This record gives sequence, C-alpha cells and structure tokens, in this order.
Amino acid sequence: MEGKKKTQEAERTSDRPSVTGDAPMTRGESRGKAKARLRVAKAYKMYVGGAFVRSESGRYFQVESAKGHADADADVVNVPRGSRKDVRDAVLAAKNALGGWEKRTPFNRGQILYRLAEVMESRRAELVESIARAGGALEDAEREVEAAIDRAVYYAGWADKVSGVVASHNPVSGPHFGFSLPEPMGVVCVLAPERPSLLGLLSTTLPVITGGNTCVALASAEDPRTAIVFSECLATSDLPGGVLNVLTGHADELAPVMAKHREVIAIDAWLVDADLRAKVQAEGADNVKRVKVRVPMDPDSWLDERRGQGLSWIERHLETKTVWHPMGV
Amino acid sequence: MSTEQNGSGLSLFRAGSGGGRGPSAYALFNPPPVDKVAVEERAAALATRSIKKAAKVAGLKLAVSMMDLTTLEGKDTPGKVRQLCQKAMRPLDSDPSIGPCAAICVYPNLVPVAKATLAGSTVKVASVATAFPSGQSPLSIKLDDTRRAVELGADEIDMVIDRGAMLTGDYAKVFDEIAATKEACGAAHLKVILETGELGSYDVVRRASDLAIAAGADFIKTSTGKIQPAATLPVTLVMLEAIRDYYYASGRRIGMKPAGGVRTAKQSLQYLVLLRETLGDAWLTPDLFRFGASALLNDVLMQLEKERTGAYQASEDFSKD
Repeated sequence: MEGKKKTQEAERTSDRPSVTGDAPMTRGESRGKAKARLRVAKAYKMYVGGAFVRSESGRYFQVESAKGHADADADVVNVPRGSRKDVRDAVLAAKNALGGWEKRTPFNRGQILYRLAEVMESRRAELVESIARAGGALEDAEREVEAAIDRAVYYAGWADKVSGVVASHNPVSGPHFGFSLPEPMGVVCVLAPERPSLLGLLSTTLPVITGGNTCVALASAEDPRTAIVFSECLATSDLPGGVLNVLTGHADELAPVMAKHREVIAIDAWLVDADLRAKVQAEGADNVKRVKVRVPMDPDSWLDERRGQGLSWIERHLETKTVWHPMGV
Repeated sequence: MSTEQNGSGLSLFRAGSGGGRGPSAYALFNPPPVDKVAVEERAAALATRSIKKAAKVAGLKLAVSMMDLTTLEGKDTPGKVRQLCQKAMRPLDSDPSIGPCAAICVYPNLVPVAKATLAGSTVKVASVATAFPSGQSPLSIKLDDTRRAVELGADEIDMVIDRGAMLTGDYAKVFDEIAATKEACGAAHLKVILETGELGSYDVVRRASDLAIAAGADFIKTSTGKIQPAATLPVTLVMLEAIRDYYYASGRRIGMKPAGGVRTAKQSLQYLVLLRETLGDAWLTPDLFRFGASALLNDVLMQLEKERTGAYQASEDFSKD
C-alpha cells in the first residue's frame, strides 16, 4: 500500500513542468518558444602528427565569414598563425611517419585514400558550407567538393598502379637484368594555392602521399578553415598520423623556412609573389632539394581532370632506383 | 647503537662498517620522506626555463663533453665499438671544438677494443658489471665480473644494485654488495645504477641513493636503459638532493648520471638546469655529471649545426654511430 502511494506521488511530480529555470513557466510556454541556446564555436587548430594543435608561438590571424553564414562561428575567427618551430615540429612528425607509410603496400595506401573519399562524402555538406562561408558561391563550392572527392578516389586508384606503369625493365648489353623502380623521396613540403582552398590543397598533397612520401602542407591563408575541416576528414580516415600535416599561417613567413629545412627533400610551392618564389628557390639550393615553384593556375583549371590531376603529379615526387641483377642465377 | 655520535647525518653512514649486519644495523638510516608533488612541480618548473643562442650552444657543448656514449646490446661487435669510439673522440667532423665525449660505456668483453681505440685520448672506458642488467647473481660472480672488467682496462665500472633486495628491505645486502664491489674496483670509479624504474617510489629512490653513497659510490646513476621508465627529471632531482645533503654532511662530492630516456638536446639542457639549480656550478663538469645515452648525441649535434648554419638539419647527415 505504502509503495503504491509513493509511485502515484512520483507520477504526479513528473507531470509538473520544470521549475528549475530562472522563471517558472507553464508547459505550454516552454513548448512554444524556442529555447535560447549558446552555440558552440569551434577552436580552429592545425593538424600535426595526427593531432590538432595550436601554434607553439601562440599567434593567430583572423579570417572573416561571408555575411549571413549559418554556422556557429563568430563573423571573425582566429586561426593559428604557424611559426618556424611549427614547421620544425611538423617536419619531425612527417619524418617519423615516413618509415611506416612507405612500407605499407601500395594497395593499402590506396584503400586508405579511398577511405578518405568516403569520409569526405559523408562530410560533404560541411565542406560545402565551409567553402561558401569564405566567400564562394554555393554552386561553385558544391562543384569544388565533388571534384575534390573524385580526386581522392582518382589517386586511391593510382596508388597500386604507379609502379606498374612507371617502372621499367631496361635493355642492357650484357647478361644482366636492369630494373628501374620508383621509390618515395621522403618529407615533401607543399605550399597550397589560395584558391580553390579545398581542391587546391587536395590536388597538391594527395599525389605526394600516394607515392609513399609524407607531407607538410601550408593551407590557403584566405580560407584556412576549409583546410582544417579537411584535416578532420584526414583524422577520421585511416591515414596514420604525421603522413599529411596541415599548417595554417603566412606563406611569406613559412615558405623560406620549409625551403631551408634540410630534412625536407622536395618542395612544391604555388606562390603568387615572384620575390617569394625566388627566395624559395635560393633557400632550397643548400641541400639540393627538388624545388618546384609555380604561379597558381586559375580556379577552373583545378577542376579540369586533364590539367588538375594526373600520373605526372605522382611521378614528380618519386625517385628512381635502378638495379642490375645477373641473369641465370 | 653507538652510531649517533656527532649529531650529523654522517654517523649514520658508519653503521654499515660497524660490524652489525642485517636490517637492524640500519635502524638509524632514515632518509627524509620525499614530497612527490613538490619534486614533480619543481622539476617541471625548472624544465620550462628558456635557454637560447650563446647559452644554448655552451650548454650543448657541455652536454657533449658529459656524454657516456653507450652501446649495451647482445649484437655489439668490435667494429661497432671502434666506430663509437671514433665518434666519442671527434663527434662532428666539421667542428673540432665539439667534444670529446666523457666516456664509452660497453660490456666487459668489448673493453679491450675500446681501450685500444681510445689510446691517447681523454675519453674513458666504462664497463657495466655485476651481472648487468638484472644483478640477480651470487655476489662472488658479480665481484669476479667487476675484477675482470677492471683487469681488461675499464676506468669506470657501472654496477647494478639488487633491486629485489632493495624492495624486500634487505638494505644490508644492498649496502654490502656495493661496498664489496667498490673494493673490487680498486682504482676504477664506481657508478651505482639504482634502476629507479623498478624501485616504485621516490622514497625508495632516496633511500637507495643514500645507501649507495654511504657504501662508497663515486657516482649514482638512474637506470640501465633496459627498463621503462628510465631517467626522468623528478627522479634525477631526488637523487641530486641526496647528493646535496651528503655534500653538506661530509664535504664530499658525489657524481650523478641520468641514463636512458634522454634523447633530445632540449632534454639535456633541462637536466643541466636541474643540476645547476640543485648542486651549483661545481657539478657542471664531466667529473661529476654524465649523460648515459646513445641517441642523444646526434640530436645535440643537429642542434649545434642548426645554431651555426641557421638551417634545421637532416638526420641523414649525421653518422648513426
């Protein structure tokens, strides 16, 4: 009897509207009005060694969102401004990841890149929104994201075919076999073009890692947030930490540091500033880096399947090893 | 007990030679408790100190001169040891002002090779002994091990304590073994490895440090390098404080050697800061402080080259000993 009474009491209590808020309100009111909620804005961070980090320097630079953006960000947000030492840390992370990545079978690297495409597909809306809030038209953003996902699939397909196409069995004058085989170079730095912010970053970095290199990329300074959303795709794909590191900051500060770093074996720089291009070439001479400096293509060319992708993009960051082997042994 | 004569900590150390045996002989041997939180806080606070430019270069060069280049593997060969000796004498081809290192640390069988290669240099030969790394052998074997190593030419002996005895409270056994090994060393310097990663708490580390110093150690050393965790800043601080307290009581300077786990140039500077702040300038010498390391040297060399040239270095450009 006692027990039953208690249950009834409990039921009645639960029927009552909550009075724990600031002002007592009736049920009808609490249902009708949308409850004011503090939205959670994201702290944008760089992606280094599989972790999201702030700049060791504690510096930030600011980017603005287009008017009427729907996300939780403020109109102006802080993005880490990477420093010389962030480059150092990222190169170290890439160096440490190199052994594991180049030893994976090319087939497995392809699987991982395909997984990246899967993850991007499921985050497609977020990527589109991110590009659009940095000032692009929505249709253009959609087109760019679609092209980017297709490009990830494209390089996923190439991963286990590069060697078959590029390697050769050389005719030699003697009782020997001569083979030339492609091998990854090491840690490659990429200075991505400003636009398109997603497709440009993806088109320059994916061929590098497809070939078995590891990569440190500096994202577009005009739209660094999209690169960070892309990094979140990387983090949730099966890509091992450190294989692709994404820094944010200013190219004029970081490009010479990357070019001068002796652990960096190649640099692929898409730079508008001619002085900076010259500086990258000069600094890169010290350890005879493979330096490629280029004026960025126009945005439509990046979308073009013939100009924006290809086997040559992978080959650019491969070394050739030639071995001679006696016949008949 | 007749050991508490002059009220100083020194009397406690005489208990060991006083004829009494067994744990009861050390009833007065009562090291101060270690405040874990304070030790870790202090070590962490000192590790944040920023050392740049000229001070950094000076610190790193000092670290090189304090290094015991170590190879303690089953696969060690005379060739590898010779290579390591060359590296100890002239760590960086391009700059003779760097180095030489303090010593080479090898297994007893390789002492003659090291000795011959290092002839005429200031680099010493250290050998591990006493059934390294476990120390779980009869005392007679440990002492034989030590004498042989000295006969083969070792200038320094790195012994291990019996951690099992330490943890079961058989301090007399630990003390006696150290004392006997010291005797077996003769003129060779004795470094006592506590293997702090197996001791469990800072209190035990402090007790083992006091024991080793009292039993005649010239150096106390954190680890064999075979157990994780090896050297850490807090555990080094605890040992440095034992050395400091003994110095105040006796006026004698004992050396310190963190070993294992010190891999980066930055870490080596943190240890030097800890050393300077705990024991002062007198200890900033290879005679009283050593790093037991193998990977550390290349990182220090890379940092020194970075300071000289302004460019971050590639690990491929430095010989893998």
